Amino acid sequence: MVMKKEKSATGGVSRRGFLKTLSVGGVGLLLPPAVSAGQGRVPLSSDGELATLLDLSKCIGCGECVAACRESNAAKFPEPEKPFPEMVPASRAKPEDWSDKRDLDDRLTPYNWIFLQNANVEYKGMSYDINIPRRCMHCRNPPCANMCPFGAANKQKNGVTRISDTLCMGGAKCRQVCPWHIPQRQSGVGLYLDLMPRLAGNGVMYKCDRCYQLLDKGKLPACISACPEDVQTIGPRNEIVAQAKALASGMDGFIYGLDENGGTNTLYVSPVPFELLNKAVDKGRGKPHMKRVADVMADETNLATATLIAPVAGVAAGLLGLGKALKNSTAGKGKKGGRDDS
Amino acid sequence: MTARPYPAWITRLFVFAMTSLAATGIMQMPLARRYFISDIPGLAWTADFFLVHKLHYLLAALLLFVVGLVAVHWLLEWRKRLTLSSLGLARVVILSGVIVSGGFRVYRNLPDVTLGPNLVVTIEWVHLGLVMVMGCVALAALIRRKSAYVRR
Repeated sequence: MVMKKEKSATGGVSRRGFLKTLSVGGVGLLLPPAVSAGQGRVPLSSDGELATLLDLSKCIGCGECVAACRESNAAKFPEPEKPFPEMVPASRAKPEDWSDKRDLDDRLTPYNWIFLQNANVEYKGMSYDINIPRRCMHCRNPPCANMCPFGAANKQKNGVTRISDTLCMGGAKCRQVCPWHIPQRQSGVGLYLDLMPRLAGNGVMYKCDRCYQLLDKGKLPACISACPEDVQTIGPRNEIVAQAKALASGMDGFIYGLDENGGTNTLYVSPVPFELLNKAVDKGRGKPHMKRVADVMADETNLATATLIAPVAGVAAGLLGLGKALKNSTAGKGKKGGRDDS
Repeated sequence: MTARPYPAWITRLFVFAMTSLAATGIMQMPLARRYFISDIPGLAWTADFFLVHKLHYLLAALLLFVVGLVAVHWLLEWRKRLTLSSLGLARVVILSGVIVSGGFRVYRNLPDVTLGPNLVVTIEWVHLGLVMVMGCVALAALIRRKSAYVRR
């Protein structure tokens, strides 16, 4: 079974128009109603946390989402000042510059917030050619936002995790703590240039912000509206989760993102196991894996309870005996002539 | 160590918690690898953001335990015979702010909690700013040899 069409553009007829015609005329009519209806619905701000569903059985790898993302977010792309300030120590603080490679589209960069991975896999005696649009997963409890020391990254109430390009120092901690290492750095831009560019910071981190400027206006993110195959659906997370489960059940397939890192607001549904996809895709810097991911903030969630219990324990310890020991100890100190300190 | 009108181990526990919190707090910034701190034998852990973060939580719990213990003793007994010094009062106020902003920080990190971006930035910078002020006041107290929070 082959689910990928040729990537190359056709001559006179626009690829997008051709595929849209195909989609509307044929495949679109065969879609499960819940999924196709969801794609067309523009989420409201009152919908709360939004999630997206990517039906990998539909993606033909045409790259329309990649092109649309670039077009929609072009105004946000960095325009670095060159030459970059010399940073110390030079052996560790190295600039990252993608400004001369803006057209690169086979990985995530500060100028390419979504790209396509491809996996050729055999499963249950069938051959699958799966295309996977990859971008920020928009985690429900995002470590990139939680662990940013400056509050530059935030998860919004609509489930979008954004990095502020005016606050970000480009330390790339968010990339390190992200289970998929999604954010990408461009040096020569941002707040660090106005502070101590030699000593701290190294640019700004960039990643998918789910076209917040469109969502805020009640429009669909560019990668969703541009897709000729309606691969992506967006909506309230509970609805999207139900749709993902129904879709996976219908194709005897698998879901990625439901439990990954405690749950993400990007759910992939595939007819083949994600372990196979993960083995098959090209991975590396800017090319995220599809491994199972445990909740990286789980320990902190548990330790939060400890910070609640600790002062209560301190009070209880004071009331239930430790106080007596302290009093005796204090009295002893007094007798030995501990001096006042004023 | 300066003699104080309360057990020395409380002072030591408090100083240990505050110093360790300051260290693990600074290491929340991506400095350890850049400045070769993690290359120092025994300090490789400083470049592990998650480990440093969890240590910060544990040390915060230790500090809160000490604060709870001291608060009980202050209310039940010490306040009858001890007086907060001016620098002590200043540090109590600053520490309260550090604890409250840190509490918000912990709350923000819980699943299903989403705060507005302006509030998040405020919490971050209030926490960081107050810690820096705390450090300056503590240093001033140390230099003036008035590091004890109270006097008889």
